[in-house]
Amino acid sequence: MTDLPPPSKKKLGLVIDLDTCVGCHACAVSCKEWNAGGFAAPLTDEQPYGKDPAGVWFNRVHSYEVAPTQGCASSPTPQPAMTLHFPRSCLHCETPACVTVCPTGASYKRAEDGIVLVDEDKCIGCKLCSWACPYGAREYSEVEGVMKKCTLCIDRIYNENLAEAERQPACVQACPTRARHFGDLGDPESKVSRLVAERGGVDLLPQLGYQPVNKYLPPRPRRTGEAATAAPQDETLDTAALPPMLRWLDRVLSR
Amino acid sequence: MHPAFSVIAFTTLSGAGYGLLLWAGGLILLPALQGRAPANGATVLLWGVLLVLGLVLTTAGLLSSMLHLGKPGRAWRAFSQWRTSWLSREGVFAVATALVVVAMLALLGVGIAGALPTGLWIAMPALAAIMVLLSLCTIASTAMIYASLKPIPAWRHPLVLPGYFVFAILTGWLVLMALVNWSALSDETLGVILLVTFALAIVAGVLKLVYWHRIDRQPLGATRADAVGLPGREVDVFERPNTQANYINKEMGHVLARKHARPLRFIALVLFAAVPMVASWLAWANPELAGPVFTLGALLALAGTLVERWLFFAQARHLVTLYY
Ligand code: SF4
Ligand code: SF4
Ligand code: SF4
Repeated sequence: MTDLPPPSKKKLGLVIDLDTCVGCHACAVSCKEWNAGGFAAPLTDEQPYGKDPAGVWFNRVHSYEVAPTQGCASSPTPQPAMTLHFPRSCLHCETPACVTVCPTGASYKRAEDGIVLVDEDKCIGCKLCSWACPYGAREYSEVEGVMKKCTLCIDRIYNENLAEAERQPACVQACPTRARHFGDLGDPESKVSRLVAERGGVDLLPQLGYQPVNKYLPPRPRRTGEAATAAPQDETLDTAALPPMLRWLDRVLSR
Repeated sequence: MHPAFSVIAFTTLSGAGYGLLLWAGGLILLPALQGRAPANGATVLLWGVLLVLGLVLTTAGLLSSMLHLGKPGRAWRAFSQWRTSWLSREGVFAVATALVVVAMLALLGVGIAGALPTGLWIAMPALAAIMVLLSLCTIASTAMIYASLKPIPAWRHPLVLPGYFVFAILTGWLVLMALVNWSALSDETLGVILLVTFALAIVAGVLKLVYWHRIDRQPLGATRADAVGLPGREVDVFERPNTQANYINKEMGHVLARKHARPLRFIALVLFAAVPMVASWLAWANPELAGPVFTLGALLALAGTLVERWLFFAQARHLVTLYY
């Protein structure tokens, strides 16, 4: 049934640090690599080597330019311009409409840990769930005719054939700057929950009421002051202020 | 949103079909409510024709909607989740309606053959009432599929649900008129038809004009800054995640319609509102032309409804476009 289960105690999810993410796409690539052979496999492409390659990805990294601000809702202090790298994948929402709109029961939210999955043997490819997701987390496979989405690497995190340390989502493991963290966001004492509390982690588009489990950590406030003022434009050199040796060199070279 | 032709054709055709069933139900119920005797042979034949046509239109619509499924062979699964899914409810109501229509047709067949005891004619109006109710539920479920999607503000608008009803009733009425006007109708009847057609066309036209006016002024309700969790900042796209278009861009990021909205809206309005009014006036002024004029009018109005539906899809903006 696509009825949502009662809220689970355990809420597995990701915490993504927008301060340290450098937009290298390693998470997106490793996600594609792992999931091409796992639970949601195959992760199909159309004309992968052709002119207009397209395909299913569970995780996509956007880059934005953020204009300077004199202070606003999300940054009380003046902030300089910056680049923002923003990985976007399924947020494993608490009340996801992608599940309740599904006519077949293919989409479901697991009662035990809150992971949102698609049963590809039941999906009829009506695409309604992708319309119901505001975050663009579901992608349809033209090749297979069914819907695909991030599985939170369910075939890694519970995989007893992997070493304990590797029971982490592929994207989390691949991130070179440790911008992605995986854990139980339902437990206020977990590492991820403490990180969210410490850094003021936010929900994306909370007004829609999907109650995302994944949290995003906004970039730390940048230093303002001298760093924000422009560098001196013209180069002037006061030779009288130089030590004798350099003054001599300057005289020789200026000849 | 990407306007898939099969979905547009489905909502247009099945809308007209359920509208026609509503009118057929009315025609069957009216004499019963007035306490008149079961109708004569010609009327019974008309009932049969209307029910068959309604069944054909709604079934054609449903089959066409199956065309856009990735796995049409598993479509039966879509009846299972009626507790949460409007799409599932639509399927359940559609099949229930079809079953009632088939039962009514069977009853009519037996009745025409003369094998039906007079007492059983009572069942006809009862079934008609159930059919009307189920048709209304089906139309409402279709509308709610769209009207319940929070990421698409243009579909959440309160006029979407009444819009689906009005279009079903208008197009159903025009199909009915295209049929009945081939037999000579009295001037009085043509006058009533003129009034009803004007009323329906004007309601549909005004409703759509107000809807278009509102959605043009209704902002998306969120900014790109909200979407990335930095409300209040000014955020511009620097680099997209993909060089080629992906599923999300193709399905949700349709921009063509917004560019050509004005002429298309005008065309739609002329076809679904002005044409029926002109047709009913022509028929009233020249009763011998009523048949061909209404048939042409109904076809053009259906084409106008197709354009209207195309705009309904193509103009709706999905919140995910904020990320791109
Ligand atoms: S992010 Fe989208 S796909 Fe994932 S649970 Fe939320 S609504 Fe569903
Ligand atoms: S595409 Fe598949 S998973 Fe999505 S709503 Fe339709 S049947 Fe359910
Ligand atoms: S959790 Fe797994 S499936 Fe989800 S984005 Fe990360 S690598 Fe991909």
